[in-house]
Amino acid sequence: MLLKVDHVTMYAYDRPVRGVAQSHRLTPSRFEGQKTVEWSVTVTDGTRGGSFRDGAGDWIEGWTVKGPVADISVRVAGLVETSDLAGVLRGHREQVPPECYLRESLATRMDTALLKLAKAADSAPDPLSAAHALSLAVSDAIAYRPGATHAKTTASEALAQGEGVCQDHTHVLCAIARAAGLPARYVSGYLFATSDGVPHEAAHAWAEVFLPGLGWVGFDAANRCCPDERYIRLGSGLDAQEAAPIRGSARSAGKESLTVQVAVQSVQQ
Amino acid sequence: MTPSFNEMYQNGEVRIPYARLEEWTRGMSPALRTQKQAEAEALFRRIGITFAVYGEGGDPDRLIPFDMFPRVFTAMEWARLERGIKQRARALNAFLVDVYGRGEIVRAGRIPAALVYQNEAYEKSVVGFVPPKGVYSHIVGIDIVRTGPNDFFVLEDNCRTPSGVSYMLESREMMMRMFPHLFRENRIQPVDRYHSLLRRTLNSVAPAKCTGEPTVVILTPGHFNSAYYEHSFLADLMGVELVEGADLFVDGAFVYMRTTEGPRKVDVIYRRIDDAYLDPLCFRPDSMLGIPGLMDVYRSGGVTICSAPGAGVADDKAVYTYVPEMVRFYLGEEPILNNVPTWQCAKSDDLKHVLENLADLVVKEVHGSGGYGMLVGPKSTKAEVEDFRHKILANPGNYIAQPTLALSATPTFVDEGIAPRHVDLRPYCLVGETIELVPGGLTRVALREGSLVVNSSQGGGVKDTWVLAE
Repeated sequence: MLLKVDHVTMYAYDRPVRGVAQSHRLTPSRFEGQKTVEWSVTVTDGTRGGSFRDGAGDWIEGWTVKGPVADISVRVAGLVETSDLAGVLRGHREQVPPECYLRESLATRMDTALLKLAKAADSAPDPLSAAHALSLAVSDAIAYRPGATHAKTTASEALAQGEGVCQDHTHVLCAIARAAGLPARYVSGYLFATSDGVPHEAAHAWAEVFLPGLGWVGFDAANRCCPDERYIRLGSGLDAQEAAPIRGSARSAGKESLTVQVAVQSVQQ
Repeated sequence: MTPSFNEMYQNGEVRIPYARLEEWTRGMSPALRTQKQAEAEALFRRIGITFAVYGEGGDPDRLIPFDMFPRVFTAMEWARLERGIKQRARALNAFLVDVYGRGEIVRAGRIPAALVYQNEAYEKSVVGFVPPKGVYSHIVGIDIVRTGPNDFFVLEDNCRTPSGVSYMLESREMMMRMFPHLFRENRIQPVDRYHSLLRRTLNSVAPAKCTGEPTVVILTPGHFNSAYYEHSFLADLMGVELVEGADLFVDGAFVYMRTTEGPRKVDVIYRRIDDAYLDPLCFRPDSMLGIPGLMDVYRSGGVTICSAPGAGVADDKAVYTYVPEMVRFYLGEEPILNNVPTWQCAKSDDLKHVLENLADLVVKEVHGSGGYGMLVGPKSTKAEVEDFRHKILANPGNYIAQPTLALSATPTFVDEGIAPRHVDLRPYCLVGETIELVPGGLTRVALREGSLVVNSSQGGGVKDTWVLAE
């Protein structure tokens, strides 16, 4: 599938700021399931800084904007050719040992309810079935409801609430997979979703679980499936904060307001 | 517990390195002693060398007690220590390069994967990045204790930002001012090259993108930090800027320092703040001490950070157990300095032993430092021991235990005259293009009679440390 992405993030500051620094994970991963045809990231009045591929295989780019500046926008545009690998991250080069993803993070800290949910893996005959069982358990435990949670909601809070968005599904799945002894990580990316009529956001997140023999395999608990040709993978981390496509900081004491527009379309060939 | 080794007297005789000091003290009247002690205190106050103590109330900038009685090593004793320290510093750095690279030592089964990769101090974000010259820990502080004429043990390694070197330098300065004749009568090796060696070490690890003379800065969390005095002291001696996070900023692929003449590119940052606070875009987003975007500049080779982020995984107290193994694995040598036998409460057999012998052991937190949160079994009440037992049981992986060592003692000036007090030693090994060690270190002394805790936060003092020439 040929997918066209247009993603604009606008930051407006109530007073001009003295400068902005950002770290981007905004470039599609390199693996057999996706091939970048064209891609560009631009920041208004920005300077591209250090860029490199990190140990997890993500392309990281630093950007800075000199102040005073009252608003900036980050625009991502490109074309990616995708194919369905049933969620398997085949051909992805990375060096971080999977064991690192058994660690908890602030957003994925364990509690008794999460531990109980992790029992869904107990009767599974093998790790792959266990991961599927855990993903389904998360889908059943958390109803999709935009606005029910916020950016800092933890796995534990989302499960207690029983509703949330893809970020919450992913945090909970990461937490319980780790509890079941499976390395798991948070993946951010894009999703092309119009045909099924389900109103999921185009800026999407899902989990990857490390399975013996298969390597990293994606599980999208929010959509009860594994990532296929509708997905574009950008980067990963222990939780949403670590895997965030944009991490930024402005030198100011003022307030920042954020507007995001994402469009992912299928291009007829 | 066996009686401890007295470094000055053995079988009623004065050991040779202390011979002249014996004459010196015999010639010193109590009045002169009191006068000299007051002089030392006044000098320390005037220089402003103080040590803030966490969580103890009282004067936050209190003086660290200085004891005038030097601690002495012979050239031969030091030669062996030096070889052992440098060997260890090499092995620790080889370990760091390895575990952020291919992880051969883990693949070879010589250290458990979980201990390294699930360690809080293991920085996933620097995997695959090799710092300039392959050095992660540029200043390695190795804490050494002595239990006999030829028995030295490493108590712990400090690979991040070991503090205390200013006390080594100031103690020497103080002694030379107050007792110049001692330095004429004894052939004492100098330590005053330390700051130029440190500067050379930092220069030698400048990033490849730096052409010309590197600009070096010391990054401090600020004046409220307990080691702030040392940060400014070292900056002064090396002739480099002392900066806080807000003095630095990232522009494009480099880090700059604000100066009155405009921005100036920075090549090497000797940071005295923890990894977690370095860059809110990579680590803790709420950090106000760091520099946003620093880690992207670092990882793309625009600046060097000393010690390298992630170096802490080598000085974790549970990883410590494996340092002799690192020496064998990476260097193909036998360790010159031994570890103290250590039980890891994470292992069930070890835990059982620890719980059964708690009253005889020293128990430490894996990530603890400064002598906080530790139990010295033989010096604790039954209630304290029991209290600690609960802590260990609640989180065994957080604790290690060691036998209570009979730390050596050296003569120390106390109210009643001169009496033996227990000491340890922290030398500062510099690792850059070459490995350097000045002959000396920080001798910390437990001033309370019988006490084995030498940390300055727990009533410890410092002494000048002499290494005699051949």
